Amino acid sequence: MSSSENNAATDQPMHLDTDVLVIGSGAAGMYAALEAARAGASVILAERSLIGRGGATVMAQMTVAAALAEQTPDHWEHHLSDTLAAGRGLCDEGLAALLCEDGPRRLREMDDWKVGWAREDGHIKQAQAPGHDRPRCAYVDFLSTGPAVSRALRSRLNSAGAVRRIGELLIVEISVRDGQACGATALHLTTGRAVTLAAKAVVIATGGLTGLYRRNSASSNMVGDGYALALRAGAELIDMEFVQFFPIGHLAPRLVGMDPIMWDPFRYKLGGKLLNAEMREFETDYVDQDSRSDGRYVLTRDLATYAITKEVEAGRGSPAGGAYLSFQHVPEAEMRSAFGPVVDRLAANGIDLASRPVEVAPIAHYHMGGIRVDSMLQTRVAGLYACGEAVGGANGANRLSGNAITEAFVFGARAGRNAAQRALQASSHWEPQAARPALDLLRSTERRDAPNLAAIVVELKALMADGVGPFRTADKLRLAAQAIARLKTEIGQSPVSSATPFDTVLVDWLDLRNMLLVAQSVTLAALARTESRGAHQREDHPALDETWSVNQTVSLSGGQLHLGRSPPSRQRTLP
Amino acid sequence: MRAVLAIQRGMSGEPPRVERFEVSFEAGQSVLDGLRIVRQQADPSLAFRFSCINANACKECMMLIDGDVDYACTVRLKEGVTALAPLPKKALIRDLVTEIAPPDERLRF
Repeated sequence: MSSSENNAATDQPMHLDTDVLVIGSGAAGMYAALEAARAGASVILAERSLIGRGGATVMAQMTVAAALAEQTPDHWEHHLSDTLAAGRGLCDEGLAALLCEDGPRRLREMDDWKVGWAREDGHIKQAQAPGHDRPRCAYVDFLSTGPAVSRALRSRLNSAGAVRRIGELLIVEISVRDGQACGATALHLTTGRAVTLAAKAVVIATGGLTGLYRRNSASSNMVGDGYALALRAGAELIDMEFVQFFPIGHLAPRLVGMDPIMWDPFRYKLGGKLLNAEMREFETDYVDQDSRSDGRYVLTRDLATYAITKEVEAGRGSPAGGAYLSFQHVPEAEMRSAFGPVVDRLAANGIDLASRPVEVAPIAHYHMGGIRVDSMLQTRVAGLYACGEAVGGANGANRLSGNAITEAFVFGARAGRNAAQRALQASSHWEPQAARPALDLLRSTERRDAPNLAAIVVELKALMADGVGPFRTADKLRLAAQAIARLKTEIGQSPVSSATPFDTVLVDWLDLRNMLLVAQSVTLAALARTESRGAHQREDHPALDETWSVNQTVSLSGGQLHLGRSPPSRQRTLP
Repeated sequence: MRAVLAIQRGMSGEPPRVERFEVSFEAGQSVLDGLRIVRQQADPSLAFRFSCINANACKECMMLIDGDVDYACTVRLKEGVTALAPLPKKALIRDLVTEIAPPDERLRF
């Protein structure tokens, strides 16, 4: 063992100053930065990876829901009804209404910014997705929605002079002074140096937590760090037990170079049959449990996840442990016209949809829960905002297909503007002392004998998938909680270092510190909710229980997590 | 099946060294899968960039693979030796990590 002589974080930190600090550069973070700059604030957009490359947005090959009413008559109230129904009584109606009402404006703004929505007969084309009462979901061909969104926002940012973009900057802690968020402390990955940032408002746009699970559809670095930052800053989390599993994530054969949830757009456009090992369609066996089936798309995501899992449990799963998804009934010309070059990319993976089905299984896809905010997207800590998937409440117990990118645009823009307005009126609460705890933590980094942290990350993902997955029991949840506590002990109180720069071991340690706190929050909330609702399914409490029509909150004080309960907010007043 | 990854390591200013790691793999797994296995089983200090894992969306895992510039997430593991090195025309940071961020998105000290 030796001390931290090789750790550059012990050097004098670099200091930066800004009106608004935005953490994370997916669609929500980029929109927040743009809107804050448009409101006249100086902005730093900090990203742990490269700007616009990490997070969930760039991975999203899917659709974006908004009541554009170009293709079919529609109104945002219809979109809201579908959103609230999917949320099974737990949505924050004000946030859900904001998402639905503001969505069309943001999709049109993105259209002006040349995102390239697919068009038909001169209007933006909209697909019908499960849970929506009519075609409402725009997209970019072919399976390019997320990358196109990222590219359009990045190119806007490049021309927005007031936004300073900084990649490879991992935020370690948000600083709070006099009850107000006043900045943050970060680790600069490519030098290993510490950076302090003074800001009059801070916006968390770090996405969700699906990286806590073995099989997931987002980037590897989306591990709930924003939730941990918010908790330690004194904010509350809400609905943490609601993790959405996407029913038909790709399982086999091995597919590289493509998004694991890419089969959904195939189903929108071409149909596509889910078959069990007996090559029999089974979705209709589960249909009576859901009154919102639309005929073409039989089950919403939570029910489809349930159906596949139950088929596998009954011994009717596919060889790799999922279901078959077949497009063998689709004529090749139709496939080619719908997916063009994607068909060739599949062929390069040895997949020929005309000759045999693929295997699919549920995969962690989205987190309905997150940071609790008010109608201004502000947490209970003044000056601390959140947006995008990092926010909890808008989608209740289950999210409709297509709402994630919409909420990234809408909440990103609102949080950015509100943060800027605050920053332009407020004086700075920053003082160097505010960064003290985080700098002390970084300075305590040492090279020591420690378990392989990359292996512990894998272990945590496995235990979350097995113990805190789509189907839960008190016993499995308790075991998971114990295992999480053991891993906390194993990683220790102070960071571990390997080699700088780009200290992968230190990053794993800082990630695990956050991941374990967030995993604990999900497990605690899941254990307490003794009913089944939406994405939270308790096998030992299989029915929905009306007395549980409440949101659970999680807060941190004295190093302990605390659960609270409150009735869902029905306030519709928009700021 | 077993693959040997011969990885060029070290920081800028150091003489580069090549370290060999053997990993077992299944047909279809990517070079990026192999690198992640090395970190989990052998050396967690191995540095390489990746974000999206095998979707080829983030474009961060570009490196020299058997002498050609390619993405670790789309090249498949093979039996025998695969040589991995950092991009030759970018400034080296450490191991397989090079400076690929656009200049105006970097922090300068």
